Amino acid sequence: MSGSDAAQPDAAQPGAAPLRGQPAERIAVTFARVLRGAGLATPIGNVLTYVDALGRVGLDDATAVYWAGRTTLVFAPEDIPLYDRAFRVFWGRISPGDLPPEPEVQRITLALDDEDAASDTPDDAERTADRDPTLVLRFSAAEVLRQKDFATYDDIELRQSQQLMEQLRFAGPPRRSFRNRPARNGSRPDIRRTMRESLRAGGEPIRRAWQEPGQRLRRLVLLLDISGSMEPYSRAMLRFVQAAVAGRQRVEAFALGTRLTRITKELDSRDPDRALGRAADRVQDWSGGTRLGECLRDFNDEWGARGMARGAIVVILSDGWDRGDPALLGEQMQRLHRITRELVWVNPLKVTPGYAPLARGMAAALPYVDHFVEGHSLAAMEELAAVIAGTTSARRRDHPASPHDTRSP
Amino acid sequence: MTLTEDASGAWTVIALDAMAAQHASRRNLTVMPAAPSSPADVAEALTRHGYLPDEGLATSIFLAVALKRPLLLEGEAGVGKTEVAKVLSRWTGGTLIRLQCYEGIDASQAVYDWDYARQLLHLRAAEATGEARGVGTAELENQLYQERFLLKRALLQAIEHTGDSVPVLLIDEIDRADDEFEAYLLEVLSDYQITVPELGRFSATRPPIVVLTSNRTRDVHDALKRRCLYHWVEHPDFEREVRIVRMRVPNVIEPLARQVASAVEALRSLNLYKPPGVAETIDWAQALAVLGVSELDERMVEATLGTVLKYREDQDRARQHGLAAMVKTAVERGAPVR
Repeated sequence: MSGSDAAQPDAAQPGAAPLRGQPAERIAVTFARVLRGAGLATPIGNVLTYVDALGRVGLDDATAVYWAGRTTLVFAPEDIPLYDRAFRVFWGRISPGDLPPEPEVQRITLALDDEDAASDTPDDAERTADRDPTLVLRFSAAEVLRQKDFATYDDIELRQSQQLMEQLRFAGPPRRSFRNRPARNGSRPDIRRTMRESLRAGGEPIRRAWQEPGQRLRRLVLLLDISGSMEPYSRAMLRFVQAAVAGRQRVEAFALGTRLTRITKELDSRDPDRALGRAADRVQDWSGGTRLGECLRDFNDEWGARGMARGAIVVILSDGWDRGDPALLGEQMQRLHRITRELVWVNPLKVTPGYAPLARGMAAALPYVDHFVEGHSLAAMEELAAVIAGTTSARRRDHPASPHDTRSP
Repeated sequence: MTLTEDASGAWTVIALDAMAAQHASRRNLTVMPAAPSSPADVAEALTRHGYLPDEGLATSIFLAVALKRPLLLEGEAGVGKTEVAKVLSRWTGGTLIRLQCYEGIDASQAVYDWDYARQLLHLRAAEATGEARGVGTAELENQLYQERFLLKRALLQAIEHTGDSVPVLLIDEIDRADDEFEAYLLEVLSDYQITVPELGRFSATRPPIVVLTSNRTRDVHDALKRRCLYHWVEHPDFEREVRIVRMRVPNVIEPLARQVASAVEALRSLNLYKPPGVAETIDWAQALAVLGVSELDERMVEATLGTVLKYREDQDRARQHGLAAMVKTAVERGAPVR
């Protein structure tokens, strides 16, 4: 795992020679601009620290200059390749053309109701109404929309569905917090408050105060399949995911395709259109293939097993079509099942007449799924929200999914 | 920490412990020079105290000390993040003050708390001697909120520390704490000040060296990250790992150290649930040393596999992959370089 070592400048490189004579501030600010251009958030405060750092290590040793920037300007391992590229271009005076091309970014346009959308919509009045932020759906219309299959939505319906999704509540079962809170009939003495109250009585602890353990929301992790086969549904489901991320605390969201992309930060906004746009930019493999097994493995390795999925409710939104090895998917599902509190699979195809989980991936994953629910319509998503909130009487996990699968209580 | 005449037994012990530790550190260790002059200085000093940093880590530590900024270390479990703080305290001779974070940690566990039991006792005593009647409630309350009733936790200890050497504050696994705690921490790490409403402000005469670690179970807040210097700790490369093993397990001979490092490198490439970290490499070498092994063989690897791979599935995968082949490569690589 010494990938970044290769990116470090070799000793033969002339270091910062071409920039000699320039003050460090100037060099730092220019380099920061290059970094921003490469897509790295570089706040001015850190640039100042970088100037200080350059002052300490000097400009003669290329390796020291490299690390001075790495330690003051880069804050996530994912950003290291970006920094390395920018560093080579700026300090090595390599023209960007000499570098290996960046992976091509594939973008899709989400059905956002932009002002500059195609103006050939026949009914202008309808468009205006649609843009109205206070638009309220009449009950009947909402009811039709609720039952309608996502795959048959047009752009306007997609947008209307957003408002209904925002009304969903994703509370979820709480778990005991480490912290206590005051309670009249609590079980633990609250010495701090007893003490304060006793002062009023001249030091006599007449009134005893009590506390009890507080409650906290369990983490909710949403894994959305954005592969080609899911395309009719992933646009609507992304809105659902966005509503969940913006609607409560402790939610994490990932996109699964040919690779795993974390989209929590992008989606965390009160403005759904901006959030969806940012997520669309971030994800590079829209409507490509699916490698569910590999993606879940990456999730388990990078995030899940480290703590994010422990004791959490994990929801996978996918049709289960997988080009990868079903054995790998099964193995990773088992692993995930062991550390989560509840593992929910949402399959938009479940409602299809005659549907049986025949997709090999789905069949491999099913033994480890606690709740297998539909996901084709708003009504189904409401049901899903209820499952997450623990308000349905859906089956709880009561026996291990396989003989080898032992769980800690 | 000062001893007071009416200190209870527990207090006395804690205070004496801390004082003894300080004395020991003053006696035995060379105190860090005012400031290291280059990253190479840092690397050399840490190596002397039993830690082999790579160039990047040495530069980060150098800058953190020189610029008086906290250092945030992220990386896989077992790459030696926590060890950095320990070696820093050995080097500087400063006390290591460790704050282990967990979900729900709050000010009373991280900063300070009042010793309510002793406050109550004080009240009862005042009452029994009739002193309570003589003074007013306000005066009684003042008596209660004195420094001697204050239980100083890690953060306050690090801030109000007065001594020759700068303490090292280790804030371990910050990602396990909640956002609110992070926000509070940001405040403390910006001004190195803590206010206790009843007593006033404590501020550091010399800010501690602060090391934060995170396993990335969630993102640390950007504002806190911006306050810190950042270093992503990687697994060491082969040669460095050999040197680490030799340094930490001196009774392992060079060829065996090379074999172990090579085998661990092979294991890391197997797509395991938990690839072995440096900590596991050291454990493994130690186990082999205790067993009196001088050269790796398949039987010994099988017998000691549990010290490197802690999941049954990982062990199965390693076996499927062939321990014999792994041992063969390791032995070849273990041969001294000519």
